[in-house]
Amino acid sequence: MDRGLSVRVAQTALFPLEAAFDVAPGEVLALVGPSGSGKTTVLRSIAGFHKPQTGRILCNGAAWFDSAARLSLPPRERRAGFVFQSYALFPHMTAVQNVMEALGDRPRGEREDTARSLLARVHLDTHGDRRPAELSGGEQQRVAVARALARRPDVLLMDEPFSAVDRMTRRKLRQELEELRRELPMPIILVTHDLDDVRRLADRLCVMHRGRILQSGKTADVLAHPADQTIAELLDIE
Amino acid sequence: MDWEAFTLSLRLGALTVLLLIPLSILAGRALAVSRFRGKPAIEALVMLPLVLPPTVLGFYLLSGFGAGSFAGRAFESVFGTSLVFTFEGLLIASLIVNIPFAMQPIQRAFEAVGPELREASASCGNGWWRSLWRIELPLAWPGILTGMALTFAHTLGEFGVVLMVGGSIPGETRTISIAIYDRVQAFDEAAAGEMAAVLLAISLATIALTFFLTQRIGRRHG
Repeated sequence: MDRGLSVRVAQTALFPLEAAFDVAPGEVLALVGPSGSGKTTVLRSIAGFHKPQTGRILCNGAAWFDSAARLSLPPRERRAGFVFQSYALFPHMTAVQNVMEALGDRPRGEREDTARSLLARVHLDTHGDRRPAELSGGEQQRVAVARALARRPDVLLMDEPFSAVDRMTRRKLRQELEELRRELPMPIILVTHDLDDVRRLADRLCVMHRGRILQSGKTADVLAHPADQTIAELLDIE
Repeated sequence: MDWEAFTLSLRLGALTVLLLIPLSILAGRALAVSRFRGKPAIEALVMLPLVLPPTVLGFYLLSGFGAGSFAGRAFESVFGTSLVFTFEGLLIASLIVNIPFAMQPIQRAFEAVGPELREASASCGNGWWRSLWRIELPLAWPGILTGMALTFAHTLGEFGVVLMVGGSIPGETRTISIAIYDRVQAFDEAAAGEMAAVLLAISLATIALTFFLTQRIGRRHG
């Protein structure tokens, strides 16, 4: 595919992994599965933090990883916005500085304006000058999303983005992300084990178990018709 | 008060910090982020000067630096001076002796930064140098400061290795620790006491300053 993200990765060493899927621009794909199912490893492979043994990862037609051609772009050269599970905000920088860090070498004033407008976009315009330790979990998550979007990424990767916040905040953040995703033009991959996240946010769904994709398809279809008992149990469908 | 020995000690301490800390930052970071087969052996080697008796270390350095050794001959042919009983030799010995004092806190500080922040920095588009400068050094700064303080204070107080490699040549290798020893040997208790008090004050001030700055940075990072 010329536009969007195409992922084919496999490995046998350390732990087995075999995953293949495509994500179109503007589409949200959820990778769902229990802990250790390999979903985060797939996400890390796309970002360049993990190098699978074989496979090919193409983004908008450009190869980010191609084992046959011995090509593996370093993470900084892949335009992938990554929202870490623990947010991984730089603790010595304010929220604005965290976002500015992803805006490259542009003039400082321009970077600050852009960072503040990105924070406003995630409803965090008033706390821009606070350090991460002075922000709540939900506010930290918003900074992490703003920072991931700052590079105008070609793909947005989110690793359990709501797992570190309470139920109320989770609902609010999910609602905000639902609104935000309509404006985002890039493929989005969401790693989660929460089916509410999947129902509300994902267009398509891949169910992973022990490093393999057991079933994939439109969210409503997979949730309504799990292919077998294992998948139904993984999705907690009775 | 032997001011000549005092300034020589300060010069030795400052030069040791100046040369050893940048190397320790690079080596400490490399050890903190990498995993390879020989890593425990290298880490043990780094710690060796800490557990080796100073006289034993001094003896090997003396043998290794002497005119009959390869290192001694090579140094003399390039710089025209011997490594034994000279300030240059003392400085090299000081660098070797202080490796664990500089490396340990710095390596631990880089380990504490954690892989996620490095990955976050890379996903922001930062390369190796920018990531080191913008993210890792500010976060590892308390450990670097501790490494600097320990190296400086230990250099001022080092005795056994200095005596073995440098002897006690005024203005060349006689440090303040050696001067204290010499004064005690000459039953000049007043001068020895004066110098010991100065050394104690400098050591206390260095440690206090390090604690103060480390806590301030810690508070700033939340």
